[in-house]
Amino acid sequence: MEIWEMTAVSIGERIRQGEFTSEEAVRSFLDRAKKEEGRIHAFVRLDGDAAVKRAKEVDQGIREGRYTGPLAGVPVAVKDNICTRGIPTTCCSKILANFVPPYSATAAELLEQAGAVALGKTNMDEFAMGSTTETSYFGPTKNPWDTGRAPGGSSGGSCAAVAAGEAPAALGSDTGGSIRQPSSWCGVTGIKPTYGAVSRYGLIAYGSSLDQIGPIGRDAADCAALLKILAVHDPKDATSAAGTPLKIEVPENRDNMAGGAEGLRVGIPEAYIGEGTDPAVRDGILQAGEALKKAGALVETFSLGLEDYVIPAYYVIASAEASSNLERFDGVKYGYRAEKGPEDGLHEMYKKSRTEGFGPEVRRRILLGTFVLSSGYYDAYYLKALKVRALVRGAFDQAFEKYDVLLAPAAPTTAPRLGESLSDPLKMYLGDIDTVAANLAGIPGLTMPWCLDEKGLPVGIQIMGNRFREDQVFRAAFACEALRGTWKEVWKREGGERS
Amino acid sequence: MKQYETVIGLEVHVELATRTKIFCGCSTRFGAAPNTQTCPVCAGFPGALPVLNKKVLEFALAAGMALNCEVNRYSRFDRKNYFYPDNPQNYQISQLYLPICHDGKVEIETAAGKKAIRIHEIHMEEDAGKLIHDEWGDCSLVDFNRSGVPLIEIVSEPDMRSADEVIAYLETLRDTLQYLKVSDCKLQEGSMRADVNLSVREVGSDTFGIRTEMKNLNSFKAIAHAVEGERERQIELLEEGKAVVQETRRWDENKESSRPMRSKEDAKDYRYFPDPDLPPIVVSEELLHKIRSRQPILRKERQRQMQEVYGLTEYDASVLTSSVYMAELYEETAKLSGNGRKTAAWLMGETMRLMKEEGLEAQNLRFSPAHLASLIRAEEEGRVTPHSAKKIFAAMFREDVDPDQYMEEHGLAVVRDEKALEEAVDKVLAQCEQSVEEYRSGKEKVFSFLMGQVMREMKGKADAASVRSLLLEKLKKSL
Amino acid sequence: MSGKIDETTMENVLILAKLELSGQERAQAAAEMEKMLGYVEKMNELDTSGVEPMVHPYEIGNVFREDEVTNGSMREELLSGAPGQEDGQYVVPKTVE
Repeated sequence: MEIWEMTAVSIGERIRQGEFTSEEAVRSFLDRAKKEEGRIHAFVRLDGDAAVKRAKEVDQGIREGRYTGPLAGVPVAVKDNICTRGIPTTCCSKILANFVPPYSATAAELLEQAGAVALGKTNMDEFAMGSTTETSYFGPTKNPWDTGRAPGGSSGGSCAAVAAGEAPAALGSDTGGSIRQPSSWCGVTGIKPTYGAVSRYGLIAYGSSLDQIGPIGRDAADCAALLKILAVHDPKDATSAAGTPLKIEVPENRDNMAGGAEGLRVGIPEAYIGEGTDPAVRDGILQAGEALKKAGALVETFSLGLEDYVIPAYYVIASAEASSNLERFDGVKYGYRAEKGPEDGLHEMYKKSRTEGFGPEVRRRILLGTFVLSSGYYDAYYLKALKVRALVRGAFDQAFEKYDVLLAPAAPTTAPRLGESLSDPLKMYLGDIDTVAANLAGIPGLTMPWCLDEKGLPVGIQIMGNRFREDQVFRAAFACEALRGTWKEVWKREGGERS
Repeated sequence: MKQYETVIGLEVHVELATRTKIFCGCSTRFGAAPNTQTCPVCAGFPGALPVLNKKVLEFALAAGMALNCEVNRYSRFDRKNYFYPDNPQNYQISQLYLPICHDGKVEIETAAGKKAIRIHEIHMEEDAGKLIHDEWGDCSLVDFNRSGVPLIEIVSEPDMRSADEVIAYLETLRDTLQYLKVSDCKLQEGSMRADVNLSVREVGSDTFGIRTEMKNLNSFKAIAHAVEGERERQIELLEEGKAVVQETRRWDENKESSRPMRSKEDAKDYRYFPDPDLPPIVVSEELLHKIRSRQPILRKERQRQMQEVYGLTEYDASVLTSSVYMAELYEETAKLSGNGRKTAAWLMGETMRLMKEEGLEAQNLRFSPAHLASLIRAEEEGRVTPHSAKKIFAAMFREDVDPDQYMEEHGLAVVRDEKALEEAVDKVLAQCEQSVEEYRSGKEKVFSFLMGQVMREMKGKADAASVRSLLLEKLKKSL
Repeated sequence: MSGKIDETTMENVLILAKLELSGQERAQAAAEMEKMLGYVEKMNELDTSGVEPMVHPYEIGNVFREDEVTNGSMREELLSGAPGQEDGQYVVPKTVE
């Protein structure tokens, strides 16, 4: 097996055991990326020399005992809305195309301290606004399973990089499904942690009360290992949870992980597999439920409620927060400033810089968000959405009295063709139906691949847990992995094609 | 002409005297080179997040309590959205929906008597940066050092009716906040800024007229002028049958007139909403108790105590309480020296004279109360002459020297050496034969000349009383 | 509920958002907003009387920092990406007439 085919945890293990070096691992992924990038375009910045240099330092550090953690020496890709000191961080927007932050996001810093090697920055929808990575200023990423299809978004670059073997793991961010939906479409595993579990410091904000950074990997153990590093209280983020409330264990021996299903209470919210859901997606969820049941879990469908209202509430809140968060991009301190016309004053500079600097989807959400906060409409839209949000959270609170985890799709369909989603914004928004509720409620959600549909595209399942109960989410995920068999076996058996 | 009444409400912004900014660990020191006290948070960089400085909350609560406010036990920050280059995020973090304090009142006193001014609310917010306009070029320069400096905004009810009341209200606020040490409240330096909301109405009317907001007022004098000017401007409009336009106006103290401030590009809709980056503030009983137990005695009461305990005149007590730091220095020194009047004399005399000379503020005085008390005692006990005491004090004023040690080292202690004194007197009497003769012939005025000569001989270190008696004795003898 | 985004409203929103759209783009943006607002008004079907608006995803409060200077000067790094700078300051078009 080539190094680029291995999981992050096993690469870390082998580096520690001296089987190969971090440098060799990094070179393996760089070689792979060299072959794949032309078709996939997962990265917007891939600095091989810097990565190799860093890998050499880490190798030295491992020899000297400075790096001892499970991911020391492991290459990781980082979404381009996560600030990295001295390395351009653009949110894949023209307005930040030349922005080089003189500071790092806490998440990026934690990875560095753990000895991970940053490979480069991955493509995304502009400012994380989109569901296909097609709104990127640098052009779309293609789905490694079918390059005519979208990888999902907004963390499409991170998920495609892992799926194509260009990185064993990656950081993504999730405001309304941006880790879970592309993970589902690309056949990788990704988790949006509980709001507050991972510091948002240095994550360029989209919807501040919804955003979370999370890991993407080949399997649940990779995600758990990364999340363990990331879920640390950060005094620089006032919404970061104090202490370390997450109980995440990465089991060393994973022989009997199916046993975790025993006694696990699993609820399947019926609306999530109802009308509008592809039969293949629905079948995937039901099969997974069936497998868990056979392994001793209590599995039942139930009515969660409020499904019709989560998209409206989400888009009002996310757009409102975004309209304010994106005000700082004004051509004054950094980023793009429009050329000055002869009559231009301050306000022309603002308007031109922002209109030219932001793409159409970002402008659309800024306008909507500005409107719902404006005088006379605040109560009817924004305040109403906050109240709906409270109800949604209440519905989840109730569900978690009965269930340890909820099982649902991460998207109603498998990956669509490129270009299909952009024509009708509202239709694209409706595709987020399976993921936004977790952001509204602040709960964790993990997506992992389960099977392939008739087109040979991955079908993912989403496991949601109560706030700060990532342990239950992983327990369920490990069980599902054991019941499913290794993903490679599954897709090979089902005749999938993946480069 | 009809009789008009002026209705005035004030929005007073006060910079809090914290070491660091409200949401980041940058220094608030005044006068640093542009942008040297900035970081990703206060310069509005992407991904940076605010974390509240605890001291800001404590100061705001202290101010609220001293101004007799109710405290919102559950409080939150909101974003006020507007584009301007001095506002790096293009939103200001402030409080609209749940400000920290509300419904207070302060008592003011004018020539017309006492009156209560109600306070609508006090909220916490961040200050903006500073814009410098290039006079010749077509650009402005932005310095974010002040961006994120903590402010409280104290919003009064429209309870004031004259410039006198406005000034009295501001003085009361300033005294109160200075005594709490939450702000130095300097209008000129901008650490206290007042926006005046003013309308006029016919006497007897019970509805308010349309008001304007006046900004850029940086002295009490400018505020008084602006109140008068705006009152006249509005009355003139009404007399001409025109309407007052609700707007923000900028006062120009040089021209003593104002003009409207904003253009059509500033649609005034701040789209306030709760800041998702900042968790709510829950004020506990414990915190309230802690703040309450630390509240100092305020100026009026301090002044009363000084008059009572140390027998100072109302005037002296008022001068000594003009700054909380001076008041504290006085109280400490008077306690240690046991001589309230002498202490007052030193502080109001030499201290204030030298402060004025150096442009020093009371909080920056270098000498300790203990040392000033030692000096006062030394003088009282005749161990040092008033002349030497001034010299010693000058040294103390420069750097806090120990007066006892200093007078030893510099030979300034009163000479008790009888022999040296006698020699000096003899020497003077021998040298000034003519004066001695004049004295003998009844010209007693020359005595003071002879005194002066002896003192000079003794380099001012002799005790005047001893010189006098010895000199008299010798003059008699030689008769 | 159509016609919410009339010309005046659109103009106002654009001024607030500091964006500039004209002609076809502007008409399309208004139509898209209109459509989205029509959709989100679905929320009105829900009775939310007595519901406390949820501002934060979970209850945390009183997160403070101590009043200690932790930052040195980052001026050069921060200014290095500014579109315009002069004498350690950010340059903007003149803000007063």
